[in-house]
Amino acid sequence: MKVKAKSKNNITSVRVLAKHPMETGRRINKESGEKIPAKYIQELTCEHDGNVVFVAQFGTSVSQNPYLAFSFEGGKKGDVLQLRWNDNTGDVEKIEAKVK
Amino acid sequence: MNFLPKALISISLILLTSVSVATPEQDKETFQSFYTERFPDISKEEFGDGVYALNQDARDQWESMNDFPPYEDDLEEGETLYNTAFKNGKNYASCFENGGENIRQHYPKFDSKRSMVVTLEMAINECRTHNKEEPLPYKKGDIAKISAYMASTSEGSEINVATPKSKDELAAYDAGKQYFYSKRGQLNFSCANCHVQNVGRKARSETLSPALGHPTHFPVYRLKWESFGTLHRRFASCNKQIRAEPLSAQSEAYRNLEYFLTYMSNGLPVNGPASRK
Amino acid sequence: MAISRRNFLNMLTVGSTACLALLSPITSWAAWASDAFNATTPDDAYKNLFGSTDTIESEKVKLKVPKIAENGGAVPVSVKTDIKEVESITIFVKDNPQPLTATFQMSAKTIPDVSTRIRLAQTSTVTAVVKAGGKLYSKSQEVKVTIGGCGG
Repeated sequence: MKVKAKSKNNITSVRVLAKHPMETGRRINKESGEKIPAKYIQELTCEHDGNVVFVAQFGTSVSQNPYLAFSFEGGKKGDVLQLRWNDNTGDVEKIEAKVK
Repeated sequence: MNFLPKALISISLILLTSVSVATPEQDKETFQSFYTERFPDISKEEFGDGVYALNQDARDQWESMNDFPPYEDDLEEGETLYNTAFKNGKNYASCFENGGENIRQHYPKFDSKRSMVVTLEMAINECRTHNKEEPLPYKKGDIAKISAYMASTSEGSEINVATPKSKDELAAYDAGKQYFYSKRGQLNFSCANCHVQNVGRKARSETLSPALGHPTHFPVYRLKWESFGTLHRRFASCNKQIRAEPLSAQSEAYRNLEYFLTYMSNGLPVNGPASRK
Repeated sequence: MAISRRNFLNMLTVGSTACLALLSPITSWAAWASDAFNATTPDDAYKNLFGSTDTIESEKVKLKVPKIAENGGAVPVSVKTDIKEVESITIFVKDNPQPLTATFQMSAKTIPDVSTRIRLAQTSTVTAVVKAGGKLYSKSQEVKVTIGGCGG
């Protein structure tokens, strides 16, 4: 996950690019003829100062390597954001990002 | 009165030779002004954005993608690959002037000793083989990432391919020019049919991009490829799309075409690597 | 000095509550709506997510999505609104195998302005739904997806 966050006039804007295949479960492996099992991020959350400020829930219609841009009131330069996603197979990724 | 016929003959000979063969510089002026006249609202430098300079709906999507470019990871990998030493301890920087930084705009170069056009990708592989490393495949993968990194160090610098002057240089330039203007494939299209004559118009649902500015943003990250690809990768797929036999990457014909095409874009800023559809 | 039983029990209770708080999901947020995400028709998706298909078309929902997608696998979409007290912003793609694409839950501090990139299986209508004050406000736009000619 890559995160770019900056704060201006008491508003923190965040851009995220998660690295994930977002496999829909509908594609067929050309060699084996089998369906490639679904593997996609279901939830991506952002916490600031102990509070959850954003929750994104995805289905299989979200693009590979999901991109997200959102913003919230509060936050300032130097603050740390906690971002985390979990997918349908139980995989999780957590990252801390500094607000510029 | 005797000298008149001789003078007339000499004058007409001079006129004939000066008009019949345009120099590369004259070609470039004609080429570039064709586009700036056809699209008076677009500055010469903006043509490097291709279709995104011509179509707002497409441009909006492109700008959204650029908010967080899909190729960031691959570009970082290119930088790492570039800075990784070979087994013998040497590295890519030792093969290029200025350590390989801010030089992409001078490629392709004409190697007069070997009498051939050398592209940046070819130079990268020659660096590898000189240092006893295996050469990389030319269309995608590591070579595209390394070339993308090198291009990124030239961002904004003006394309500046040395003007073909010697007999050999002019021969290669002419071969590239001929390729560009010759019809080929089942669809019987030349590069010029789409990218000069019908620039801005549509082929089915695709807007045709200007040939001016074509090479400036390579290697390109195509959303369709989900990876970086070199200019020759695109040449090959373009050939396939008009049902012509694709040539192999770094073949003489493609190198000469790249030579002609890049010279035509002299003066435009390097804006690669970039994302395209 | 030995800890009194009362203190010990107190400590246990406080300790375990704290642990439980760490373990349990943030319960004020809705869990991943599997019925809604798995629904294959827009109506079912709406019913499962919102409990209703009653939406009010509103110009206050600003949906930005291209007319012709450059790439059906990565279509940029932005939704914003100046409606107050937004609870959630949701995106549907009418003709996708699973129309519910993404739903964004807003905290009191979240600004109702989100962007993402979505997949369109074919030319379809993209709908943004803003839930605020118990009502559903929507805006739709058709996005064409082509295979294209020579760039495609």
